[in-house]
Amino acid sequence: MDAIAVEGLRKRYGEVQALDGVSFAVREGEVFGLLGPNGAGKSTTVRVLVTLTTPDAGTATVCGHDVVRDPGAVRRTIGYVPQESGIDRRATGRENLLLQGRVHGLGGRPLRARIDELLELVGIADAADRIVDGYSGGMRRRLDIALGLVHRPRVLFLDEPTTGLDPEARVAMWAEVGRLARQESLTILLTTHYLEEADELADRLAIVSRGRVVVEGRPSELKSGLAGDAVHVELANGRVADARAVLERAQAPVEAELPDGRTLVSRVPDGGQALPGILAALARASIPVARVSIHRPSLDDVYLHYTGRDFATEDTAATR
Amino acid sequence: MTVLRHTWFMIGRQTRNLLREPIWIAIMLVQPMVWLILYGQLFKNVTRLGGFGTTSYVTFLTPAIVVMNAFFGASWSGMNMVFDIERKFVERFLATPASRLALVLSQIIRSALQAGLQGLIILLVALALGVRIHTGVLGWLAILVVAMVVNSAFAGFSQGVALLVRRESTVIALANFLSLPLLFLSSTLLAPRQMPHWMRTLANVNPVNWGVRAARAVVLPGTDWADVGVHLGYLVALSAATVAFASYAFRVYQRSL
Repeated sequence: MDAIAVEGLRKRYGEVQALDGVSFAVREGEVFGLLGPNGAGKSTTVRVLVTLTTPDAGTATVCGHDVVRDPGAVRRTIGYVPQESGIDRRATGRENLLLQGRVHGLGGRPLRARIDELLELVGIADAADRIVDGYSGGMRRRLDIALGLVHRPRVLFLDEPTTGLDPEARVAMWAEVGRLARQESLTILLTTHYLEEADELADRLAIVSRGRVVVEGRPSELKSGLAGDAVHVELANGRVADARAVLERAQAPVEAELPDGRTLVSRVPDGGQALPGILAALARASIPVARVSIHRPSLDDVYLHYTGRDFATEDTAATR
Repeated sequence: MTVLRHTWFMIGRQTRNLLREPIWIAIMLVQPMVWLILYGQLFKNVTRLGGFGTTSYVTFLTPAIVVMNAFFGASWSGMNMVFDIERKFVERFLATPASRLALVLSQIIRSALQAGLQGLIILLVALALGVRIHTGVLGWLAILVVAMVVNSAFAGFSQGVALLVRRESTVIALANFLSLPLLFLSSTLLAPRQMPHWMRTLANVNPVNWGVRAARAVVLPGTDWADVGVHLGYLVALSAATVAFASYAFRVYQRSL
């Protein structure tokens, strides 16, 4: 049985169709990534799965429990680490954990022992009895994760676990997530708009764009599905249409045009071998080239390939 | 049972956080003292007008100040809910088996307990000022119960509004808008006989005045317990209604997510 099964989820907020038929499945014990730019519908998907929001249409189950029909069973099964933490900042880390454990029906010595274990696990044992207001961003995030784990859930939802952290804390958090997945034998669903984070952490991932899953698979599969390298040719002037025709003739079919309006992306079996031919063809057509680069397939390319859009541009456009 | 247990946990959290900032309790106590001591002294000769049931204005004032303090405290109670919603504290618990009702109920009960405690302190200060409560210990208890019920009636309303609008500024505006009219349309500061007729009529439907009337009756001689019971009954009914409103507002908030 799949730990999470999502089928045709739809959700509209006013004018915005946040989810437009999201479907994917997460196997038990894996770290699954929902990757997409800001505003793609990742957080909304998670909010449906943790029973905060009800979908307009579609079904979702977590460990076999339907999120709409049996939300109580889902809530007992899951841990949720929201994007915005929800910690009680005027309480200590330990007090936060105690309250969280108690509403899950835990108490007494077992709860105390569990809290000590978690504080150790996420590495904030020294700060356990300090008021959270004095914690750094990274420490709060660790406490958030501990809060999601108090009751030993089977599935953990991490919504943008590293957003707002500095690069050093982010790398530390990656190590943490990997370790948790093993030590607590968890199924983890994480959302991220960092391509390298999904690449690093996820066993499998689904790329989400504009409320839909565009492709699902292992990061390595997705990348190798794109045969060959991407050659980015930035033109010194705007003769994009001419350059496109030249590249097609030089056996370097253009896959996309970047939003700067000057860069063409071609897919070729081997970038190094193809480059001299490409440059020669452009030179013969008197099309000046400003810059050329060869890219091994990355998730960026996967995104570009499946959506026809540039990841970074969509991401910043949504936050504006 | 889960509701009660979870309410207890949440009250524990709120009380602990409150005690970490005792300055708030001090501030909340200063205002009633200003009324009791400064206002009480300033207008001490007002009882000569007649109809006060006592010649000691501070005795007349004491039970009403306990009720007023409970009412003022309650009208701000929604602020805590707005704060918890903004900080995403509420959402975190919505993804757990936490009782939904406990999240609202704990705010109202904590607010009422606080009003009871503050009321007790006001009564002790009044005792030091020479105020004697005619019905003795039973009277003390009655005043505090009235204060807590008045508080929960208005706290339920404030919580409900907070859950519907989810904006601090609106909750503050509403508290300011309600407090003075409801204060002046009651016999808190002046004997009913000295109020213009139309104000006295409006006072009859003012829940703050129900509380003042019930609390004052046990302080002065000639206590009519039936009248106390009736007005306390009105207040209990109103509390039940506003708590129901708050819990409805909580469902509206949940649907908005």
